[in-house]
Amino acid sequence: MRRNAKLNSHTILLLITIVLFAVLYAGGCIAYASKGFTHLQTFLNILITNAGLICVTCGLTVVMLTAGIDISVGALIAMDCMILAVGMRAGMNAVVMVLIVLVIGVLFGMFQGFLVGYLEIQPFIVTMAGMFFCRGMTAVICTEQVSITQQSSELFYKWANTKINIPFGGYINSKGKYLVPYVRPGVIVALLLLVFTFFMLRHTKLGRAFYAIGGNAQSAAMMGLNVKKVKMSAYMLSSIFCSIGAICYCLNTMAGSVSQALGLEMDAISSAVIGGTLLTGGVGNVIGSFFGVLINGTISSIVKTNGKLASSWPNILTAALLFVFIVIQSVFAMLRNRKK
Amino acid sequence: MDNNVVLTARGITMTFPGVKALEKVDFTLRKGEIHALMGENGAGKSTLIKCLTGINDFEAGEIHVDGISGPVKNHSTKDAQEVGISTVYQEVNLCPNLSVAENLFIGREPMTKFHTVDRKSYVKRAQKIMDELGISVDVTQNLENYSLAIQQMVAIARAVDMECKVLILDEPTSSLDDEEVEKLFTLMRSLRDKGVGIVFVTHFLEQVYAVCDRITVLRDGQLVGEFPIAELPRVKLVAAMMGKNLDDLAEIQKESTADVSKNPLEISAKGLSHTGTIKPFDLDIHKGEVVGVAGLLGSGRSEMARAIYGADRASTGTLSVDGKEVRIGQPIDAMNLGMGMLPDDRKAEGIIADLSVRENIILALQAKKGMFKKLSRAKQEEIAARYIDLVQIKTADQETLVKQLSGGNQQKVILARWLATDPDFLILDEPTRGIDVGTKSEIQKMIVKLAGEGKSILFISSEIAEMLRTCNRMAIMRDGQKVGELDHDLTQENVMKAIAGGGETHE
Repeated sequence: MRRNAKLNSHTILLLITIVLFAVLYAGGCIAYASKGFTHLQTFLNILITNAGLICVTCGLTVVMLTAGIDISVGALIAMDCMILAVGMRAGMNAVVMVLIVLVIGVLFGMFQGFLVGYLEIQPFIVTMAGMFFCRGMTAVICTEQVSITQQSSELFYKWANTKINIPFGGYINSKGKYLVPYVRPGVIVALLLLVFTFFMLRHTKLGRAFYAIGGNAQSAAMMGLNVKKVKMSAYMLSSIFCSIGAICYCLNTMAGSVSQALGLEMDAISSAVIGGTLLTGGVGNVIGSFFGVLINGTISSIVKTNGKLASSWPNILTAALLFVFIVIQSVFAMLRNRKK
Repeated sequence: MDNNVVLTARGITMTFPGVKALEKVDFTLRKGEIHALMGENGAGKSTLIKCLTGINDFEAGEIHVDGISGPVKNHSTKDAQEVGISTVYQEVNLCPNLSVAENLFIGREPMTKFHTVDRKSYVKRAQKIMDELGISVDVTQNLENYSLAIQQMVAIARAVDMECKVLILDEPTSSLDDEEVEKLFTLMRSLRDKGVGIVFVTHFLEQVYAVCDRITVLRDGQLVGEFPIAELPRVKLVAAMMGKNLDDLAEIQKESTADVSKNPLEISAKGLSHTGTIKPFDLDIHKGEVVGVAGLLGSGRSEMARAIYGADRASTGTLSVDGKEVRIGQPIDAMNLGMGMLPDDRKAEGIIADLSVRENIILALQAKKGMFKKLSRAKQEEIAARYIDLVQIKTADQETLVKQLSGGNQQKVILARWLATDPDFLILDEPTRGIDVGTKSEIQKMIVKLAGEGKSILFISSEIAEMLRTCNRMAIMRDGQKVGELDHDLTQENVMKAIAGGGETHE
């Protein structure tokens, strides 16, 4: 009996991620206190900037739990943003455009999921094809950058500029004006999605099935789970979440362009890995992924606040972090094997 | 159907391309018994189990299950579970990353009124199930935190909770230690007393006699018979599995008579072992000697060879080659010491099907010389031609692809490959399996001839007769360890008695 051994290696990994975030953030606060890093708004800005990425990472975590991968998400965001921008330029209602984008997410995910689940094609290949398709389609729709202005959609413009005030944590700036901290609607959407995913993974049949399939797909099938259907659901969720993320993303950029969200799929994967999700499937948690996004965001924010460091430094730091995490994970795996 | 019977299979027939895997096999399982299903490799045990569990579609025959009217035909393991037939394999079919409780209930979780998984209630139920079965675990812990034995018991608990009437245990004890095996047996006995019919497949004879009530023996896809345990002593069981009748054993002509025990030692292993596959063993092989390894499949025959050859790195013990102590980390070290090994699974470990006969023959020699000292084409052709002739490979020409040859000729190609490296010590693991009688006797003659040239040979075979014909001495393997040697009175009866064990010792 080992009732007291509640802390298994996966919880420890999650704790390490959270502690690392805290240390990084505290470091930033100490080093750049004079540049306003300690204000609550700095943290909220990380959330605002990364609202889209949080949504995408939630979906990707689900896919990675089933031992799959989805690299189409960055390109899908670009395509969704382009559709939003072009549609609204043509005078379409913002609500209609948002619904269209969500339907595209469902259909696209269903198709990719069908190929992976039912035809048993490698997810990397399927979603790579999806990536090329979306990126290509974006250019087919329009090769130029299309901005969303107040003229094209009053409603969308209003969403983008809505500030949701936070009743605490404000400060008085150098001109003596009291600044109220705020978030954008995208953050609310992202956080709701995060809570939803957390709950779904933990408390629903489908959520537990993702874990089971990632742990051992053959066993899961023998225990009566419909592996094909569950896999397809994972890719559907990923594309739907990605489309929701695209709307959040578009609210920040207010434009559609071919080169948008380039490499965003890699940011999402690295966030999930730093958050303790294993590429081999079956282990992970959206809370970890969320902190993964925050860690990446904090690094960017620190580099930006510093002002002197080249903008490529976040990449190098992320690389270093990924490396550290992979090593820690394999050390844990080795320790566990040795214990047996 | 008899009240007492939970499962009957009648006249089950199943053919794979070219092979009759099962031919009109009958099998009867009663309530509350542990029934051993025994047979050598290829006897049809696995095929029969797969027919019962819906993995194989059998061609003819009927299966009846207690409580279900009409014959049962399962098309998936799920179908089988629904009629009450559950299987637990050696490789546990559970999800290691989920908790014990989830593994018991996944796919059939109790739900709350909000359509979410009712974790509290299934954790409670899981703990109750495990407590009732006397398995001491914390069901909220992940399965991977527990030993394989516990994982297997969880799989069994899942089957029991799904109200299985027939529990099939396929080689469940292969990776368990003695203490764990005993725990498993306790669980099996308590399930038997609750009326579950248990089919137990194992190659450990000791375990059959420790826990089973009845034995069904299969051989070459046919039913040999069903026996109460008391009526089938070990020797008779081994004889039944191997297809030899002890009463009329023909005298076998021995081809090798030279006394080699005075020759210097080629190989001397002291306390060599590989954790998990073979317990420490001593083995001496003189120059020019053929040592046979007798034992049932899974008794540690191949594992012993692999430990010597370095295919499995030795965990303990020392090995001397030609009087000098050596360390072998990997097969190439063994090759450089003049060893060669013909693996038993020639498809997976031996031939490279898409290369030509010539390329397959020079492969080991090239590896031994190093990949950068390429043999010239002319040299390659000369070597290939010499060995094709020597071991009489029937091939159109040197450039024929190996996959186009017959099984026997493929085996000869591998033999040629090792002979080309001019080894002093050759390990032959089942070199004659699945090949025709003519080629068999050629290979046997070749073995005796090689020994005559002063080479030492370790010869593993399931056919006692061919070892009697070629070997000077035999090592006896049982249940993962070397249990003795026979160097005189090499007769089929003596060898079988030694393999079966449980009687006198043969040290």
